[in-house]
Amino acid sequence: MAIQTVERTGRPRKVPVTFTVNGELREVWVEPRRTLLDALRIDLGLTGTKEGCDHGNCGACTVIVDGRAVYSCLTLAVSCEGASIETVEGLSRPGRLHPIQQAFLERDAFQCGYCTPGQIMSAKALLDRRPDPSPEEIREAMSGNLCRCGAYPRIVEAVRAAAAALRAEGAGEGGARA
Amino acid sequence: MLAGGQSLVPMLHMRLVRPVALVDIHRAADLDFIEFTPEGESVRIGAAVRHADLLRHPVLGARLPVLREAVAHVAHPAIRNRGTAVGSVCHADPAAEMPAVLALLDGEVEVLGAAGLYTVPADAFFLTYFTTVLPPEDVAVALRLPLPAPGTGQAFMEVARREGDFALVGAAACLRLDADGRVAEARLAFCGVGDTPVRAREVEAQLAGTVPSAAAWREAGAAAAAHLEPESDAHASAAYRREVAAYLAARVLEAAHRRAEGAFGADGRGGAAG
Repeated sequence: MAIQTVERTGRPRKVPVTFTVNGELREVWVEPRRTLLDALRIDLGLTGTKEGCDHGNCGACTVIVDGRAVYSCLTLAVSCEGASIETVEGLSRPGRLHPIQQAFLERDAFQCGYCTPGQIMSAKALLDRRPDPSPEEIREAMSGNLCRCGAYPRIVEAVRAAAAALRAEGAGEGGARA
Repeated sequence: MLAGGQSLVPMLHMRLVRPVALVDIHRAADLDFIEFTPEGESVRIGAAVRHADLLRHPVLGARLPVLREAVAHVAHPAIRNRGTAVGSVCHADPAAEMPAVLALLDGEVEVLGAAGLYTVPADAFFLTYFTTVLPPEDVAVALRLPLPAPGTGQAFMEVARREGDFALVGAAACLRLDADGRVAEARLAFCGVGDTPVRAREVEAQLAGTVPSAAAWREAGAAAAAHLEPESDAHASAAYRREVAAYLAARVLEAAHRRAEGAFGADGRGGAAG
Protein backbone atom coordinates (compact mmCIF):
# COMPACT_ATOMS: atom_id res chain seq x y z
CA MET A 1 0.00 0.00 0.00
CA ALA A 2 1.49 3.32 -1.05
CA ILE A 3 0.03 6.57 0.20
CA GLN A 4 1.38 9.97 -0.63
CA THR A 5 -0.10 13.42 -0.42
CA VAL A 6 1.17 16.43 -2.30
CA GLU A 7 0.18 19.98 -2.91
CA ARG A 8 -1.83 20.29 -6.10
CA THR A 9 0.85 22.41 -7.68
CA GLY A 10 3.91 20.51 -6.47
CA ARG A 11 5.66 17.48 -7.80
CA PRO A 12 5.11 14.34 -5.80
CA ARG A 13 8.00 13.28 -3.62
CA LYS A 14 10.06 10.38 -4.91
CA VAL A 15 9.87 7.11 -3.05
CA PRO A 16 12.17 4.08 -3.16
CA VAL A 17 10.96 0.93 -4.89
CA THR A 18 12.86 -2.32 -4.91
CA PHE A 19 12.21 -5.11 -7.37
CA THR A 20 14.10 -7.77 -9.24
CA VAL A 21 14.79 -7.12 -12.92
CA ASN A 22 16.04 -10.12 -14.88
CA GLY A 23 17.25 -11.75 -11.69
CA GLU A 24 19.06 -8.68 -10.38
CA LEU A 25 17.81 -6.75 -7.34
CA ARG A 26 17.31 -3.09 -8.30
CA GLU A 27 16.24 -0.05 -6.31
CA VAL A 28 14.83 3.01 -8.04
CA TRP A 29 13.60 6.31 -6.61
CA VAL A 30 10.46 7.26 -8.49
CA GLU A 31 7.49 9.55 -8.22
CA PRO A 32 4.46 7.38 -7.35
CA ARG A 33 2.95 8.29 -10.73
CA ARG A 34 5.94 6.83 -12.59
CA THR A 35 4.99 3.88 -14.78
CA LEU A 36 7.00 0.70 -14.74
CA LEU A 37 7.77 1.43 -18.40
CA ASP A 38 9.42 4.77 -17.59
CA ALA A 39 11.20 3.29 -14.57
CA LEU A 40 12.69 0.57 -16.79
CA ARG A 41 13.58 2.80 -19.74
CA ILE A 42 14.54 6.07 -18.06
CA ASP A 43 15.62 5.18 -14.52
CA LEU A 44 17.27 1.84 -15.30
CA GLY A 45 18.28 2.49 -18.92
CA LEU A 46 16.65 -0.73 -20.11
CA THR A 47 15.37 0.58 -23.43
CA GLY A 48 14.62 -2.83 -24.93
CA THR A 49 11.06 -2.45 -23.67
CA LYS A 50 9.33 -0.09 -26.12
CA GLU A 51 6.86 2.69 -25.60
CA GLY A 52 4.16 2.52 -28.25
CA CYS A 53 0.77 3.97 -27.46
CA ASP A 54 1.31 4.50 -23.70
CA HIS A 55 -2.40 3.73 -23.24
CA GLY A 56 -2.53 -0.06 -23.05
CA ASN A 57 -3.64 -0.58 -26.64
CA CYS A 58 -0.57 -1.80 -28.51
CA GLY A 59 1.45 -4.18 -26.29
CA ALA A 60 4.88 -2.85 -27.31
CA CYS A 61 5.71 -2.34 -23.61
CA THR A 62 4.81 -5.89 -22.51
CA VAL A 63 7.03 -7.27 -19.76
CA ILE A 64 6.57 -10.20 -17.39
CA VAL A 65 5.76 -9.40 -13.75
CA ASP A 66 5.69 -12.35 -11.36
CA GLY A 67 5.20 -14.75 -14.24
CA ARG A 68 2.40 -12.90 -16.02
CA ALA A 69 2.55 -10.71 -19.11
CA VAL A 70 1.56 -7.12 -18.27
CA TYR A 71 1.63 -3.79 -20.03
CA SER A 72 4.36 -1.81 -18.27
CA CYS A 73 2.75 1.45 -19.42
CA LEU A 74 -0.36 0.60 -17.38
CA THR A 75 1.55 -0.53 -14.31
CA LEU A 76 2.85 1.92 -11.74
CA ALA A 77 6.40 1.24 -10.64
CA VAL A 78 5.40 1.57 -6.98
CA SER A 79 2.92 -1.29 -7.47
CA CYS A 80 5.87 -3.56 -8.26
CA GLU A 81 7.56 -3.43 -4.85
CA GLY A 82 9.12 -6.87 -4.31
CA ALA A 83 8.05 -8.13 -7.73
CA SER A 84 10.11 -10.19 -10.13
CA ILE A 85 10.26 -8.48 -13.52
CA GLU A 86 11.50 -9.98 -16.78
CA THR A 87 12.31 -7.82 -19.79
CA VAL A 88 13.65 -8.62 -23.23
CA GLU A 89 17.17 -7.79 -22.01
CA GLY A 90 17.08 -10.81 -19.72
CA LEU A 91 16.52 -13.43 -22.40
CA SER A 92 19.78 -13.95 -24.25
CA ARG A 93 22.96 -15.50 -22.88
CA PRO A 94 26.41 -14.31 -24.03
CA GLY A 95 26.75 -15.31 -27.66
CA ARG A 96 23.41 -17.05 -27.71
CA LEU A 97 19.93 -15.72 -28.31
CA HIS A 98 16.95 -17.11 -26.44
CA PRO A 99 15.08 -19.69 -28.57
CA ILE A 100 12.15 -17.30 -28.94
CA GLN A 101 14.45 -14.55 -30.23
CA GLN A 102 16.16 -17.04 -32.53
CA ALA A 103 12.82 -18.22 -33.89
CA PHE A 104 11.67 -14.64 -34.57
CA LEU A 105 14.86 -14.10 -36.57
CA GLU A 106 14.70 -17.36 -38.48
CA ARG A 107 10.99 -17.03 -39.30
CA ASP A 108 11.19 -13.36 -40.28
CA ALA A 109 8.54 -12.61 -37.66
CA PHE A 110 8.92 -8.82 -37.93
CA GLN A 111 9.64 -6.02 -40.34
CA CYS A 112 10.34 -2.80 -38.44
CA GLY A 113 10.87 -4.67 -35.16
CA TYR A 114 9.36 -2.05 -32.87
CA CYS A 115 6.68 -4.36 -31.50
CA THR A 116 9.04 -7.32 -31.29
CA PRO A 117 10.25 -7.04 -27.66
CA GLY A 118 6.63 -6.96 -26.52
CA GLN A 119 5.71 -9.84 -28.83
CA ILE A 120 8.60 -11.88 -27.48
CA MET A 121 7.69 -11.24 -23.84
CA SER A 122 4.05 -12.21 -24.45
CA ALA A 123 5.30 -15.36 -26.18
CA LYS A 124 7.57 -16.16 -23.25
CA ALA A 125 4.78 -15.71 -20.70
CA LEU A 126 2.67 -18.10 -22.78
CA LEU A 127 5.37 -20.73 -23.28
CA ASP A 128 6.40 -20.64 -19.61
CA ARG A 129 2.84 -21.65 -18.80
CA ARG A 130 1.97 -23.78 -21.84
CA PRO A 131 4.95 -25.44 -23.52
CA ASP A 132 2.93 -26.75 -26.47
CA PRO A 133 0.20 -24.24 -27.34
CA SER A 134 -2.10 -24.57 -30.34
CA PRO A 135 -2.03 -21.84 -33.00
CA GLU A 136 -5.37 -20.67 -31.59
CA GLU A 137 -3.91 -20.37 -28.09
CA ILE A 138 -0.93 -18.49 -29.50
CA ARG A 139 -3.18 -16.02 -31.32
CA GLU A 140 -5.25 -15.50 -28.17
CA ALA A 141 -2.20 -15.04 -25.92
CA MET A 142 -0.62 -12.60 -28.40
CA SER A 143 -3.84 -10.77 -29.23
CA GLY A 144 -2.83 -7.76 -27.14
CA ASN A 145 0.35 -7.18 -29.17
CA LEU A 146 -0.25 -5.17 -32.30
CA CYS A 147 2.10 -5.41 -35.27
CA ARG A 148 1.41 -2.61 -37.71
CA CYS A 149 3.71 -4.24 -40.25
CA GLY A 150 1.29 -7.15 -40.22
CA ALA A 151 3.75 -9.95 -39.48
CA TYR A 152 1.11 -11.94 -37.60
CA PRO A 153 1.32 -15.23 -39.56
CA ARG A 154 5.10 -15.28 -39.12
CA ILE A 155 4.77 -14.41 -35.44
CA VAL A 156 2.51 -17.41 -34.85
CA GLU A 157 4.95 -19.58 -36.80
CA ALA A 158 7.87 -18.26 -34.78
CA VAL A 159 6.15 -18.95 -31.47
CA ARG A 160 5.36 -22.50 -32.56
CA ALA A 161 8.96 -23.00 -33.66
CA ALA A 162 10.24 -21.54 -30.39
CA ALA A 163 7.93 -23.82 -28.42
CA ALA A 164 9.35 -26.85 -30.23
CA ALA A 165 12.92 -25.65 -29.66
CA LEU A 166 12.28 -25.03 -25.97
CA ARG A 167 10.70 -28.45 -25.55
CA ALA A 168 13.66 -30.10 -27.26
CA GLU A 169 16.04 -28.10 -25.12
CA GLY A 170 14.05 -28.90 -21.98
CA ALA A 171 14.18 -32.60 -22.82
CA GLY A 172 17.96 -32.32 -23.36
CA GLU A 173 18.56 -30.49 -20.09
CA GLY A 174 15.96 -32.26 -18.01
CA GLY A 175 13.77 -29.15 -18.25
CA ALA A 176 16.24 -27.03 -16.31
CA ARG A 177 16.49 -23.91 -18.44
CA ALA A 178 16.67 -20.80 -16.28
CA MET B 1 -8.15 3.78 -5.32
CA LEU B 2 -6.09 1.47 -7.47
CA ALA B 3 -6.23 -2.32 -7.68
CA GLY B 4 -5.28 -3.44 -11.19
CA GLY B 5 -4.86 0.08 -12.54
CA GLN B 6 -5.95 -0.90 -16.05
CA SER B 7 -8.56 1.85 -16.18
CA LEU B 8 -7.07 4.34 -13.76
CA VAL B 9 -3.55 4.46 -15.20
CA PRO B 10 -4.82 5.28 -18.73
CA MET B 11 -6.94 8.01 -17.14
CA LEU B 12 -3.83 9.32 -15.41
CA HIS B 13 -2.01 9.27 -18.76
CA MET B 14 -4.80 11.25 -20.37
CA ARG B 15 -4.94 13.64 -17.39
CA LEU B 16 -8.62 12.81 -17.00
CA VAL B 17 -7.98 12.34 -13.30
CA ARG B 18 -5.32 14.02 -11.19
CA PRO B 19 -5.59 12.41 -7.79
CA VAL B 20 -3.85 13.98 -4.83
CA ALA B 21 -3.38 10.54 -3.33
CA LEU B 22 -3.58 7.01 -4.64
CA VAL B 23 -4.21 3.96 -2.48
CA ASP B 24 -3.02 0.71 -4.01
CA ILE B 25 -5.02 -2.24 -2.67
CA HIS B 26 -3.77 -4.94 -5.03
CA ARG B 27 -1.70 -6.60 -2.35
CA ALA B 28 -4.50 -6.69 0.25
CA ALA B 29 -4.60 -10.45 0.82
CA ASP B 30 -8.03 -10.39 2.47
CA LEU B 31 -9.51 -8.92 -0.73
CA ASP B 32 -8.06 -11.72 -2.85
CA PHE B 33 -10.80 -14.31 -2.68
CA ILE B 34 -13.32 -16.10 -4.89
CA GLU B 35 -15.70 -17.82 -2.53
CA PHE B 36 -19.05 -19.50 -2.82
CA THR B 37 -21.52 -18.56 -0.10
CA PRO B 38 -22.30 -21.44 2.29
CA GLU B 39 -25.75 -22.06 0.79
CA GLY B 40 -24.20 -22.04 -2.68
CA GLU B 41 -26.58 -19.36 -3.93
CA SER B 42 -23.92 -16.86 -4.95
CA VAL B 43 -20.23 -16.26 -5.44
CA ARG B 44 -18.26 -13.41 -3.85
CA ILE B 45 -15.34 -11.93 -5.77
CA GLY B 46 -12.89 -9.79 -3.81
CA ALA B 47 -11.49 -6.48 -5.03
CA ALA B 48 -7.97 -7.84 -5.56
CA VAL B 49 -9.16 -10.65 -7.88
CA ARG B 50 -7.95 -10.16 -11.43
CA HIS B 51 -9.87 -11.10 -14.57
CA ALA B 52 -7.28 -13.79 -15.31
CA ASP B 53 -7.97 -15.34 -11.88
CA LEU B 54 -11.64 -15.67 -12.82
CA LEU B 55 -10.76 -17.47 -16.06
CA ARG B 56 -8.31 -19.79 -14.31
CA HIS B 57 -10.62 -20.73 -11.44
CA PRO B 58 -11.27 -24.49 -11.53
CA VAL B 59 -15.07 -24.42 -11.12
CA LEU B 60 -16.26 -20.81 -11.43
CA GLY B 61 -16.65 -21.01 -15.22
CA ALA B 62 -18.93 -24.03 -14.93
CA ARG B 63 -20.96 -22.57 -12.07
CA LEU B 64 -21.43 -19.16 -13.71
CA PRO B 65 -20.94 -19.52 -17.48
CA VAL B 66 -22.01 -15.98 -18.32
CA LEU B 67 -19.16 -14.61 -16.21
CA ARG B 68 -16.59 -16.77 -17.97
CA GLU B 69 -17.87 -15.77 -21.40
CA ALA B 70 -17.93 -12.10 -20.50
CA VAL B 71 -14.45 -12.10 -18.94
CA ALA B 72 -13.02 -13.74 -22.06
CA HIS B 73 -14.14 -10.60 -23.93
CA VAL B 74 -12.41 -8.23 -21.50
CA ALA B 75 -9.52 -6.67 -23.41
CA HIS B 76 -6.40 -8.82 -23.91
CA PRO B 77 -4.46 -11.27 -21.72
CA ALA B 78 -2.02 -8.64 -20.40
CA ILE B 79 -4.91 -6.42 -19.29
CA ARG B 80 -6.75 -9.37 -17.76
CA ASN B 81 -3.58 -10.28 -15.85
CA ARG B 82 -3.75 -6.97 -13.94
CA GLY B 83 -7.29 -5.61 -14.21
CA THR B 84 -9.87 -6.57 -11.60
CA ALA B 85 -13.58 -7.35 -11.88
CA VAL B 86 -14.45 -5.03 -8.98
CA GLY B 87 -12.35 -2.28 -10.56
CA SER B 88 -14.16 -2.65 -13.87
CA VAL B 89 -17.53 -2.36 -12.13
CA CYS B 90 -16.39 0.76 -10.23
CA HIS B 91 -14.96 2.31 -13.40
CA ALA B 92 -18.50 1.95 -14.82
CA ASP B 93 -17.65 2.19 -18.49
CA PRO B 94 -21.08 1.49 -20.02
CA ALA B 95 -19.43 -0.50 -22.83
CA ALA B 96 -17.61 -2.80 -20.39
CA GLU B 97 -18.60 -6.40 -19.79
CA MET B 98 -18.45 -6.70 -15.98
CA PRO B 99 -21.07 -4.02 -15.22
CA ALA B 100 -23.46 -5.76 -17.64
CA VAL B 101 -22.93 -9.11 -15.89
CA LEU B 102 -23.59 -7.50 -12.51
CA ALA B 103 -26.78 -5.94 -13.88
CA LEU B 104 -27.91 -9.15 -15.60
CA LEU B 105 -27.61 -11.21 -12.43
CA ASP B 106 -28.99 -8.54 -10.07
CA GLY B 107 -25.69 -8.80 -8.25
CA GLU B 108 -24.56 -6.56 -5.45
CA VAL B 109 -21.50 -4.51 -4.66
CA GLU B 110 -20.14 -4.86 -1.14
CA VAL B 111 -18.78 -1.53 0.03
CA LEU B 112 -16.73 -0.59 3.05
CA GLY B 113 -17.52 2.88 4.36
CA ALA B 114 -16.65 4.77 7.52
CA ALA B 115 -19.74 3.32 9.24
CA GLY B 116 -18.96 -0.23 8.16
CA LEU B 117 -19.91 -2.66 5.43
CA TYR B 118 -22.98 -2.13 3.26
CA THR B 119 -24.21 -3.49 -0.06
CA VAL B 120 -25.57 -1.72 -3.13
CA PRO B 121 -27.73 -3.62 -5.62
CA ALA B 122 -26.67 -3.44 -9.27
CA ASP B 123 -29.67 -1.41 -10.42
CA ALA B 124 -28.85 1.31 -7.87
CA PHE B 125 -25.08 1.27 -8.40
CA PHE B 126 -24.57 2.80 -11.86
CA LEU B 127 -25.58 6.45 -12.32
CA THR B 128 -24.20 7.40 -15.72
CA TYR B 129 -21.00 7.23 -17.77
CA PHE B 130 -18.08 6.36 -15.48
CA THR B 131 -20.15 7.33 -12.46
CA THR B 132 -21.47 5.21 -9.61
CA VAL B 133 -23.14 5.93 -6.28
CA LEU B 134 -19.89 5.06 -4.54
CA PRO B 135 -18.74 8.06 -2.44
CA PRO B 136 -15.06 8.85 -3.00
CA GLU B 137 -14.15 7.89 0.57
CA ASP B 138 -15.73 4.42 0.37
CA VAL B 139 -14.17 1.26 -1.05
CA ALA B 140 -15.87 -1.46 -3.06
CA VAL B 141 -14.48 -4.63 -1.52
CA ALA B 142 -16.35 -7.38 -3.36
CA LEU B 143 -18.99 -8.32 -5.90
CA ARG B 144 -21.73 -10.75 -4.99
CA LEU B 145 -23.08 -12.58 -8.05
CA PRO B 146 -26.05 -14.96 -7.74
CA LEU B 147 -25.48 -18.40 -9.25
CA PRO B 148 -28.04 -19.80 -11.69
CA ALA B 149 -30.82 -22.03 -10.41
CA PRO B 150 -31.16 -25.54 -11.87
CA GLY B 151 -32.49 -25.54 -15.42
CA THR B 152 -30.90 -22.22 -16.27
CA GLY B 153 -28.80 -21.41 -19.32
CA GLN B 154 -26.67 -18.31 -19.71
CA ALA B 155 -24.79 -16.63 -22.53
CA PHE B 156 -22.79 -13.49 -23.30
CA MET B 157 -21.85 -12.21 -26.75
CA GLU B 158 -20.54 -8.95 -28.11
CA VAL B 159 -19.63 -7.18 -31.29
CA ALA B 160 -16.47 -5.07 -31.29
CA ARG B 161 -14.35 -3.49 -34.02
CA ARG B 162 -11.43 -5.69 -33.03
CA GLU B 163 -11.10 -8.64 -30.70
CA GLY B 164 -10.42 -7.25 -27.23
CA ASP B 165 -11.85 -3.79 -27.84
CA PHE B 166 -14.67 -2.47 -25.74
CA ALA B 167 -17.97 -3.73 -27.07
CA LEU B 168 -19.85 -1.66 -29.60
CA VAL B 169 -22.74 -3.66 -28.23
CA GLY B 170 -22.74 -6.61 -25.86
CA ALA B 171 -25.69 -8.72 -24.77
CA ALA B 172 -26.14 -11.22 -21.96
CA ALA B 173 -29.02 -13.53 -21.19
CA CYS B 174 -30.19 -15.92 -18.49
CA LEU B 175 -33.03 -18.28 -19.22
CA ARG B 176 -34.63 -20.67 -16.75
CA LEU B 177 -37.09 -23.26 -18.02
CA ASP B 178 -39.91 -24.91 -16.12
CA ALA B 179 -40.66 -28.64 -16.19
CA ASP B 180 -42.75 -28.21 -19.37
CA GLY B 181 -39.92 -26.47 -21.20
CA ARG B 182 -41.57 -23.04 -21.02
CA VAL B 183 -39.68 -19.94 -19.99
CA ALA B 184 -39.89 -19.69 -16.21
CA GLU B 185 -37.65 -16.67 -16.00
CA ALA B 186 -35.78 -14.62 -18.58
CA ARG B 187 -33.13 -11.96 -18.11
CA LEU B 188 -31.56 -9.82 -20.78
CA ALA B 189 -28.91 -7.11 -20.38
CA PHE B 190 -26.83 -4.97 -22.72
CA CYS B 191 -23.63 -2.99 -22.62
CA GLY B 192 -22.57 -0.27 -25.02
CA VAL B 193 -26.08 1.05 -25.69
CA GLY B 194 -26.59 3.67 -23.00
CA ASP B 195 -24.91 5.57 -20.20
CA THR B 196 -25.08 2.52 -17.89
CA PRO B 197 -25.59 -1.20 -18.42
CA VAL B 198 -29.20 -1.71 -19.50
CA ARG B 199 -31.69 -4.41 -18.49
CA ALA B 200 -34.57 -5.16 -20.85
CA ARG B 201 -37.10 -5.70 -18.06
CA GLU B 202 -40.24 -5.29 -20.16
CA VAL B 203 -39.09 -7.94 -22.60
CA GLU B 204 -38.04 -10.19 -19.72
CA ALA B 205 -41.58 -9.97 -18.30
CA GLN B 206 -43.12 -10.66 -21.72
CA LEU B 207 -40.99 -13.77 -22.19
CA ALA B 208 -42.00 -15.35 -18.88
CA GLY B 209 -44.41 -18.24 -19.45
CA THR B 210 -43.92 -18.34 -23.22
CA VAL B 211 -42.98 -21.32 -25.34
CA PRO B 212 -39.38 -21.03 -26.58
CA SER B 213 -38.86 -20.63 -30.32
CA ALA B 214 -36.44 -18.99 -32.70
CA ALA B 215 -39.16 -16.54 -33.64
CA ALA B 216 -39.70 -15.67 -29.98
CA TRP B 217 -36.03 -14.80 -29.56
CA ARG B 218 -36.04 -12.65 -32.70
CA GLU B 219 -39.15 -10.80 -31.55
CA ALA B 220 -37.72 -10.35 -28.07
CA GLY B 221 -34.50 -9.00 -29.50
CA ALA B 222 -36.32 -6.55 -31.74
CA ALA B 223 -38.57 -5.42 -28.88
CA ALA B 224 -35.63 -4.97 -26.52
CA ALA B 225 -33.67 -3.01 -29.11
CA ALA B 226 -36.64 -0.75 -29.79
CA HIS B 227 -36.51 0.40 -26.17
CA LEU B 228 -32.80 1.23 -26.31
CA GLU B 229 -31.48 4.73 -26.83
CA PRO B 230 -27.88 4.21 -27.86
CA GLU B 231 -25.73 7.14 -28.85
CA SER B 232 -23.84 7.65 -32.09
CA ASP B 233 -20.12 8.09 -31.76
CA ALA B 234 -16.96 7.71 -33.80
CA HIS B 235 -17.23 3.93 -33.60
CA ALA B 236 -20.83 3.29 -34.61
CA SER B 237 -24.12 5.04 -35.25
CA ALA B 238 -27.07 4.69 -32.91
CA ALA B 239 -29.04 2.91 -35.64
CA TYR B 240 -26.28 0.37 -36.15
CA ARG B 241 -26.01 -0.24 -32.41
CA ARG B 242 -29.76 -0.82 -32.17
CA GLU B 243 -29.66 -3.27 -35.07
CA VAL B 244 -26.73 -5.16 -33.54
CA ALA B 245 -28.45 -5.20 -30.15
CA ALA B 246 -31.55 -6.85 -31.63
CA TYR B 247 -29.44 -9.47 -33.36
CA LEU B 248 -27.24 -10.19 -30.33
CA ALA B 249 -30.20 -10.36 -27.97
CA ALA B 250 -31.79 -13.04 -30.14
CA ARG B 251 -28.49 -14.90 -30.29
CA VAL B 252 -27.86 -14.90 -26.52
CA LEU B 253 -31.45 -15.90 -25.76
CA GLU B 254 -31.18 -18.76 -28.22
CA ALA B 255 -27.82 -19.88 -26.77
CA ALA B 256 -29.10 -19.59 -23.20
CA HIS B 257 -32.14 -21.65 -24.14
CA ARG B 258 -30.03 -24.35 -25.76
CA ARG B 259 -27.92 -24.58 -22.63
CA ALA B 260 -30.93 -24.55 -20.34
CA GLU B 261 -32.34 -27.50 -22.27
CA GLY B 262 -28.98 -29.25 -22.03
CA ALA B 263 -28.66 -28.52 -18.33
CA PHE B 264 -32.20 -29.37 -17.42
CA GLY B 265 -32.30 -32.49 -15.29
CA ALA B 266 -28.61 -33.15 -15.97
CA ASP B 267 -26.26 -31.91 -13.27
CA GLY B 268 -28.70 -29.33 -11.99
CA ARG B 269 -26.17 -26.57 -12.22
CA GLY B 270 -27.40 -24.92 -15.38
CA GLY B 271 -25.54 -23.83 -18.46
CA ALA B 272 -22.53 -25.97 -17.74
CA ALA B 273 -22.50 -27.26 -21.28
CA GLY B 274 -21.52 -23.83 -22.59
